[in-house]
Amino acid sequence: MTREDFIAIEHFSFFYGEKQALHDIDMAIPERQVTALIGPSGCGKSTLLRNMNRMNDLIEGVSHRGDIRLNGNSLYDPKIEVISLRKRVGMVFQKYNPFAKTVYENVVFSLRVAGRNKKRELDEVVERSLRAAALWDEVKDRLHDSAFGLSGGQQQRLCIARAIANQPEILLMDEPCAALDPTATLKIEALIRELKSQFTIVIVTHNMEQATRCSDRTAFLYMGRLIEYGNTKQVFENPREEETEAYISGRFS
Amino acid sequence: MAGSSNAFATTGRSRKGEPLVWLTAIGLTLGVMLTLGLLGLVVVKGFQTFWPNRLMVLEVKTGDGLRKLAGYETQERSRRDFDGTVHDEVQIFRGNEEINGETFVYFDVADIVSSEQPDDLLLIERLSGGNAIGRAKALELKDEGTLDADEPGFRDRLATLIDTAEDRRENLRTIEKTKIGRNAKRVKELTLERKLIEEGKVKGSIEAIDAELESLQADFVKLDAERTRIRERLEADALVVESADGREITILAMDLLHVFRANEAGFFGRVGEMFRRIWTFLSSDPRNANMDGGVYPAIFGTVVMTLVMSIFVTPFGVIAAIYLREYAKQGPLVRAVRISVNNLAGVPSIVFGVFGLAFFIYFVGGVVDDVFFPNSVEPVYKSGGILWASLTLALLTVPVVIVATEEALAAVPRGVREAALACGASKWQAIQRVVLPASLPGILTGVILAMARGAGEVAPLMLVGVVKSAPDLPFDSAAPFIHPERQFMHLGFHIYDLGFQSPDSEAAKPMVFATTLLLIAIVVVMNLAAIILRNRLRKKYATSSF
Repeated sequence: MTREDFIAIEHFSFFYGEKQALHDIDMAIPERQVTALIGPSGCGKSTLLRNMNRMNDLIEGVSHRGDIRLNGNSLYDPKIEVISLRKRVGMVFQKYNPFAKTVYENVVFSLRVAGRNKKRELDEVVERSLRAAALWDEVKDRLHDSAFGLSGGQQQRLCIARAIANQPEILLMDEPCAALDPTATLKIEALIRELKSQFTIVIVTHNMEQATRCSDRTAFLYMGRLIEYGNTKQVFENPREEETEAYISGRFS
Repeated sequence: MAGSSNAFATTGRSRKGEPLVWLTAIGLTLGVMLTLGLLGLVVVKGFQTFWPNRLMVLEVKTGDGLRKLAGYETQERSRRDFDGTVHDEVQIFRGNEEINGETFVYFDVADIVSSEQPDDLLLIERLSGGNAIGRAKALELKDEGTLDADEPGFRDRLATLIDTAEDRRENLRTIEKTKIGRNAKRVKELTLERKLIEEGKVKGSIEAIDAELESLQADFVKLDAERTRIRERLEADALVVESADGREITILAMDLLHVFRANEAGFFGRVGEMFRRIWTFLSSDPRNANMDGGVYPAIFGTVVMTLVMSIFVTPFGVIAAIYLREYAKQGPLVRAVRISVNNLAGVPSIVFGVFGLAFFIYFVGGVVDDVFFPNSVEPVYKSGGILWASLTLALLTVPVVIVATEEALAAVPRGVREAALACGASKWQAIQRVVLPASLPGILTGVILAMARGAGEVAPLMLVGVVKSAPDLPFDSAAPFIHPERQFMHLGFHIYDLGFQSPDSEAAKPMVFATTLLLIAIVVVMNLAAIILRNRLRKKYATSSF
């Protein structure tokens, strides 16, 4: 049974100091599906994504209204520890950002910081995560070389392996292909389709074709408001709102 | 345009060049020239000290007739007289302090009648009294009588005499410094203990102490007799030398260090002599009021002090910078702290010396002495020493490390931090496991700068423990082996001492340049070591390509 409102965003507004970035967003993200957030630059889609693991807490002077629930539990429950929350939510960034460590140590980083250091467990996690990220065959002989020796696409897949190593429930991807060439992009997209059997994936993208290729649901945000949210096919082929149609047909960006 | 038919007509600037670009180039050129000039001068002058000159016998016209002297030329100068005539003069080193008085003299080139380089002139290094120059005349040996210089076997006998003298001097040093020193130290301890027992402060047996004191006294008498015997033996043999004007100089075996036949030696002989002099300079203690001999204790003091300083300053500066950059709430207070730290780097170093004297020596040292050495008559830690000097310099250089570390931390890309946090790391884990390794090269740059600054600093050291002559190194074989309270010698202060405080400034001049060259070389070597380390770390922790 998959849950339809696995991530429930309830009347969520978000402020950077005085400036309001999100206006009363209300949407439910289903479990084990790919949900794409699209919209022009500055529309708030990254802000929304980064709130799902409270990454925005790092910025000074932010505040919010409303709530985000993860499998029924509020993220902003004062009893919740941000660190344990982030263990349930993996994140992949726009620019691939492996650590200055070996491939192996990159993958097991989240286990190490959780104090899990048993070699057998780590070895298993490395193989499983790298296989899941479709990287195992390419790097299995270079596990103990620096991660910077890999190509850009490989580094991004390594970051995905790192994000899923600790078995999170949700995988957030902030324009994961923005810094990659078309071949690497296709590989990552295939990987996303593969991973949705295990994880609930939320992906921010500027690339409309990418959204149609790999997402089940699409949300269109504009000026901090959720304009339209529905099945990807419906949103792209038969948008209900004028702004959505204008955006996807390229009349503004 | 009407005046120009060509659409790509020059503006004129491309032909003349941009004046401001020229200005920047001139600035750089001046900087490079100054640096190279400085280094060149120090290198040339420094090596001149070691290159063995040919010895000459000169006949010079003086007020009272012709005079003969032997020596080597050290420099030339032009002197303008009161009546406007210009005299070219040469400076000659003639040695033989006891008969000549002044060893460096100027002669008008026009007054020099003849000059020759006889093969049999010797340059003799002595333990005291500076170098001697002259012809070997004879060896006066206590057991074998007199051996004339023209007799066969003279050279070999002279060489063995020098060798045995060296061995005996070494023996004498061991007895005087180690054995008698240990004996005296024990006597002091026992006397103090005896006094305390008499006053009833400690329990113990006075008889046992008296017995040990007696045996120590007996040992001392034996050692003293041994010392006298070796000394007499060393003073029994002598080399007799005849100076250029026919006077005789007797050099005791005690004083005889090295004999060099300056005119007989070929090119390789002179190169060999140069290396011998460099080695002596690096490895031996200073003598003759620091003007001769080596600077080994000063090298040791400089390196140890700089290393100890880095050991203190690095963790302190890095920890402070981490809090300032990562944890402290950025606001007016933190800004004020940061400005203060930056300005601390501009405070004159002597101020730190005064602070080190007042705080470390008088206050901390005083407390340490009261608590740990209440019975000591002389101050132990309440006087200048290498530990206090290192701490003072650590304080002086900590702003450098803090500023460099802060910049290195700020330069770590945000993405890397966010990735670590997104993996469930706490802020401290992210700093410790990801941010700090990535900023290590930058932190090391700060440490390198701090070391360079610390190694070259002199003024504050004069207040907190540097002395012109420290016979005991801060490490030795006497328990507890490390003596952080001891005073020490430092190359920078050595330069100052030679240049401004030595009895004969002419004689000290070559040593000044040689010591300067060495100080620069040591700072360069220490920096190079740190730079190599940094580059290896940079390779290991290279931030990714974007």
